[in-house]
Amino acid sequence: MNDRSEKIRNLLVPVLSVILGLILGAILMAAFGYQPIQGYSSMLDAALGTQRGIGETLRQATPLIFTALGFSVANSAGFFNIGLSGQALCGWVVSVWVALAFPELPKVILLPFCIILGALAGAVAAAIPGFLRAFFGTSEVIVTIMLNYIFLYLSTFGLHEIMPASYRSSLDSSNTISQSASLRLPWLTQMFGGSRVNAGLFLALIALVVVWLLMKKTTLGFEIRSVGLNPFASEYAGMSSKRTIILSMVISGALAGLGGVVEGLGTYQNFFVQTTSLTIGFDGMAVSLLGSGSAIGILLSAVLFSILKIGGLGMQTGAGVPFEIVNVSIALIIFFVGINFLIRLMMAKFFGGKKQEEAVVTVEAKPANQNQEGGEL
Amino acid sequence: MDTLELIALILTSTLVYSTPLILTSLGGTFSERSGIVNVGLEGIMVMGAFSAVVFNLTMSSSLGAMTPWIAIIVGGIVGVVFSLFHAVATVSLRADHIISGTVVNLMAPALGVFLIKAWYGKGQTDNISQNLGYFSFPGLSDIPIIGPILFKNTFLPAYCAILIAVLAWFIIFKTKFGLRLRSVGENPQAADTLGINVYAMRYSGVLISGLLGGMGGAVFAQSISGNFSAGTIVGQGFISMAAMIFGKWNPLGAMGASLFFGFAQSLSIIGAQLPVISAVPPVLLQIAPYLLTIIVLVAFFGKASGPKANGKNYIKTK
Repeated sequence: MNDRSEKIRNLLVPVLSVILGLILGAILMAAFGYQPIQGYSSMLDAALGTQRGIGETLRQATPLIFTALGFSVANSAGFFNIGLSGQALCGWVVSVWVALAFPELPKVILLPFCIILGALAGAVAAAIPGFLRAFFGTSEVIVTIMLNYIFLYLSTFGLHEIMPASYRSSLDSSNTISQSASLRLPWLTQMFGGSRVNAGLFLALIALVVVWLLMKKTTLGFEIRSVGLNPFASEYAGMSSKRTIILSMVISGALAGLGGVVEGLGTYQNFFVQTTSLTIGFDGMAVSLLGSGSAIGILLSAVLFSILKIGGLGMQTGAGVPFEIVNVSIALIIFFVGINFLIRLMMAKFFGGKKQEEAVVTVEAKPANQNQEGGEL
Repeated sequence: MDTLELIALILTSTLVYSTPLILTSLGGTFSERSGIVNVGLEGIMVMGAFSAVVFNLTMSSSLGAMTPWIAIIVGGIVGVVFSLFHAVATVSLRADHIISGTVVNLMAPALGVFLIKAWYGKGQTDNISQNLGYFSFPGLSDIPIIGPILFKNTFLPAYCAILIAVLAWFIIFKTKFGLRLRSVGENPQAADTLGINVYAMRYSGVLISGLLGGMGGAVFAQSISGNFSAGTIVGQGFISMAAMIFGKWNPLGAMGASLFFGFAQSLSIIGAQLPVISAVPPVLLQIAPYLLTIIVLVAFFGKASGPKANGKNYIKTK
């Protein structure tokens, strides 16, 4: 019985977090003289009201699924990959670059080639912090963030100084890629009223299944999860935690790179100067945290955040509410996921009485969190 | 440009760029000494910068030249309020420190730009009219050689930040409060059995980091960027964290590391005016501070280990 209540609580935490985040967002809107109900209704209208809106929402969800999967793989190994946006940027630049370099190749060769090289670029970008963490114990949080800035500046430098001028349509953007490298599908575009939704969506769904299989059904997945839970015990059981950490980062970076590839070959069809880190990086992290790393959870929260993002643009034009309120709400949602202890305790208090409350307190007070020697590598 | 002017230029711009880093890395030191990892320093700096710019724009006509100094304090107070989020989540509600800090980082620019749009109707504020300008120490600036380099047309907040660093060192290593703060970060159980209030110490560590981080952001906005937008603070909070690690969680070390990073940051701005450096491609100078941060972490992190219970939630047993 205890177990069932615990399961229900696990399911309710993200749902309640979303509701609380959206309510606080509404309060904030009202506090600054905007109309929350009008805001949210124009949000839903923009994201789901038209064929085109639905298509754009699915288009937005595509890279988020990739980056969220990337985050969850690394997170399973106990590695906090905040460098998703830099890794995605690498995938974007490389895939577009390759597409521009070989425009004559037939589609069956060029498209997979671009996708694979883009994923590889992301993997290499992520291998750096993985390697540094495994061999030097360097904090991956700071390294990945620093690399985000480094890749951001390098991408602009690459576009301006290294890319041949014939690949560029202006100083700040590359040419459009040829049809044989594009992920767009005419029938799909038509079905969704001319939106930019593309074959990347199917790749993302495949990736969801593949990653689930990898993590749950293969030896590597088992090793990744056990190193994440306890690196010392895994070492003792004969696994190399160094190798596992680097491998998990390579997989994570490849997935993030694919997130960039679908932006480059699907959404925008070119590369242009980026002034800030790609938002799909941090949003993907938020998606993964809300979906608690599970395949179905990631899918649902990617769609939810896409509705918020696409709808947020509609909210700005439709109800005059600044788009940033969406990001505030997303941050609040993750805040509530972070303090899930409180939410669990409250739920137990209201629905389960004293016994449940104590169960939560003991479950949450497991010594793993306060082990003095630490469980970190 | 003669050598003396050149040295003065490098030194002054290093001081300008270091000041926000010094203050913020000191904040990080207080927080991590108490055992709370504060990745949210970046977001706290954003809020400090935001509030300082808004205060400056609103009050400069009535407060005149004092405005930026009061705005630094305002930025610090807003930083404290904002860091309360992180403190409540990590100390009382057992949240993961990095997730909570990341929430602070996600929240701050979104909230800042939202408020700017709500109040000013655009995504970026106007430039402030009262900057933290240059300052000459009366008397001292007339000393030959040292005077023009150190005391003439220099950046006064930097000297204040260095003083604060010394003060922070004294507090952490020479006072009762500092001893308790450190013991809570090293071994909360042992500290608790000796009657130290672990939660109170950890709250004060995080709130002090909010104060100093907010002040750092306020200094940055009023000396370097001059306005507020989503792109005002780009990684300075994280660089400060690296400076704290480089400085081995010691306020004076953090200050020295911040001066080093400030120098690296200033090079990308003044590099064009310097011989030799001007030949280096600008992109290298742009990425230099970030690259140096990684190199420094790789070279020093293995040897330096932080407070033992850093990043671990403490749950009091009944």
